[in-house]
Amino acid sequence: MNNIFVYCEIEDSQVAEVSQELLTKGRSLANELNCKLEAIVIGNKLEGIEKQILPYGVDILYTADDERLYPYRTEPHTAVVVKLFEEQKPQIALLGATSIGRDLGPRVSSALHSGLTADCTSLLIGSHEDKKQGKKYENLLYQIRPAFGGNIIATIINPDCRPQMATVREGVMKKSVLDTKYKGQVVKLDVGKYVEDDDFAVEIIERHMEKSKVNIKGAPIVVSGGYGMGSKENFQLLYELADVLGGEVGASRAAVDAGYVDHERQVGQTGVTVRPKLYIACGISGQVQHRAGMEESAQIIAINTDPEAPINSIADFVITGNVAEVIPKMIKYYRTNTK
Amino acid sequence: MKGYKIIVLAKQVPDTRNVGKDAMKADGTVNRAALPAIFNPEDLNALEQALRIKDDFPGTTVTILTMGPGRAAEIIREGMFRGADDGILLTDRAFAGSDTLATSYAISQALKKIDYDIIIAGRQAIDGDTAQVGPQVAEKLNLPQVTYVEGIRQIEKGRIILKRRLERGVETVSCPIPMVMTVNASAPACRARNAKLLMKYKHAKTITELQNADEDYLHLYNNRPFLNIREWTVNDIESNPAELGLAGSPTKVKKIENVVLQAKEAKVLTSSDNDIEQLMKELFESHTIG
Ligand SMILES: Cc1cc2nc3c(=O)[nH]c(=O)nc-3n(C[C@H](O)[C@H](O)[C@H](O)COP(=O)(O)OP(=O)(O)OC[C@H]3O[C@@H](n4cnc5c(N)ncnc54)[C@H](O)[C@@H]3O)c2cc1C
Ligand SMILES: Nc1ncnc2c1ncn2[C@@H]1O[C@H](COP(=O)(O)O)[C@@H](O)[C@H]1O
Repeated sequence: MNNIFVYCEIEDSQVAEVSQELLTKGRSLANELNCKLEAIVIGNKLEGIEKQILPYGVDILYTADDERLYPYRTEPHTAVVVKLFEEQKPQIALLGATSIGRDLGPRVSSALHSGLTADCTSLLIGSHEDKKQGKKYENLLYQIRPAFGGNIIATIINPDCRPQMATVREGVMKKSVLDTKYKGQVVKLDVGKYVEDDDFAVEIIERHMEKSKVNIKGAPIVVSGGYGMGSKENFQLLYELADVLGGEVGASRAAVDAGYVDHERQVGQTGVTVRPKLYIACGISGQVQHRAGMEESAQIIAINTDPEAPINSIADFVITGNVAEVIPKMIKYYRTNTK
Repeated sequence: MKGYKIIVLAKQVPDTRNVGKDAMKADGTVNRAALPAIFNPEDLNALEQALRIKDDFPGTTVTILTMGPGRAAEIIREGMFRGADDGILLTDRAFAGSDTLATSYAISQALKKIDYDIIIAGRQAIDGDTAQVGPQVAEKLNLPQVTYVEGIRQIEKGRIILKRRLERGVETVSCPIPMVMTVNASAPACRARNAKLLMKYKHAKTITELQNADEDYLHLYNNRPFLNIREWTVNDIESNPAELGLAGSPTKVKKIENVVLQAKEAKVLTSSDNDIEQLMKELFESHTIG
């Protein structure tokens, strides 16, 4: 009762990266609130899955194992989660801000009449006073996210409704195993009691999953371009620079929206979060949604014609200049000074 | 062929992608007046899917349902210029302060008043990027949902076959009708305004917009039902006040912080050969590159 739940996604019997990150966050919140960390995994052929989950410090893992439950479908997964939450009454529920979590989360929150905050960049525990009603709340989940064109950071709370639900994107939280021998309990749910035949009305006819081709999350150097790059052609300069430095190309949303580059490369609140040892921001103004995905980089170089660009204030090196001029010089220097 | 009754859920949103320097007031609050209000981009993708069904199945009607302030009637007209048949503006102070749950409650209560086969929403609205209202409306109406739709393959025998775009792949699914779908930005863009429809609907108005109209226009309005945009208030739907607006919103905004940047001690360089060389040297020396 009143514990923290993490919905774990699986693909090919592997617990998703984002779920592992949420388990890590869940563990630290559970310590702070002095409650248990629980997890739910719904799928097929789940024997042994606990080996991937319990080490994050999970006290109770619920599994719903049935061939009809994999791949993910909205209604049966909703039915299991809603019923389990009604029984267990968690105080907090965390989901990945993924194709699955953002399909499932709203449906569950609507059924339970609980609040849901999408795309949080930080989760903290805090108190709240409602002066109008003279009520004080302790130990609420602060769901923190940038909002409104990135000009503000909002802290959202759900004072009265439970669970307090939040989605978080992959890469925003750090993952770390607590104890490979952590002793948690596994509870196998009797699936027939949770789903009905009607829940399977939507049929998957065909499914084609691909591993993401670009791995900017793991790259030691990220060369990112923004709207200031001006064109798809100019983006070639960035591929060239990334290539010589041994990095990957990232982008701002404005560059993605303008069609200069694919969405998979978007860095930021609604893209991926990166923590490379070097981040080079080329023609990126540095709105908060973008910074949310890169400000923990060890070193940041900003190349921008505008000396007042917000990105400059978090940069270690500010180059005030035109990308079309600066980047070829960097490539040239590198080429002539290495072999 | 009787066609389908399609409802497109569309929202008028501030254009957060073009936030200029005057968008923030000196006190750190958002100056909404400085932001242009637009048709939420993915709702246009949603509208296009609806219009394609209308192209293929004669007798289909497309109705735009939007909840928002009076000026949101603008997007209903915009939709009509592109091929929608009519619209409903759901507007009332009682809806103010709604989070996504209270919004989807009000919208689903309005939907209970009308006939529908297929409800089409955008994936998400750019003012909040929450992507919650579509699935929540589906849950409240107890309908199946298909999210991230990129295209319609087929509609036959009471089922619709859809292609979905997921983060790391694609899926084709078959869903019984009635249903709710949400449409992705990767779906085809919406067709442009049609000149004939523009002429036909440019004077379409809601009751509130009619207030200062002259005699001639009133005559026209009364004789041409297609110029009447339905405007519904809280009294036109059945609802529990505790589930509406601020009271019906489990999420509350505790705090809004203006983004203040703590300037780091940055090295400021120019694009001169000398500066770039210095920078590269330093990066080599610190083993950041190389
Ligand atoms: C809910 C929400 C979520 C969002 N999520 C993200 C996200 O995940 N990631 C993201 O990036 N954005 C996100 N955004 C958008 C974000 O607010 C900004 O709009 C976006 O990051 C701006 O991209 P930009 O810096 O490339 O473009 P702009 O703001 O247009 O900046 C272009 C910059 O290039 C400079 N420039 C122009 N020409 C040159 C030149 N020749 N050489 C050098 N510099 C030049 C200009 O001075 C300017 O600073 C989100 C917005 C919202 C509302
Ligand atoms: N006030 C509203 N009126 C009509 N449709 C809405 C409204 N808010 C959200 N929607 C629909 O729900 C989708 C998702 O919105 P959101 O959950 O706010 O990201 C939008 O793309 C619209 O199709």
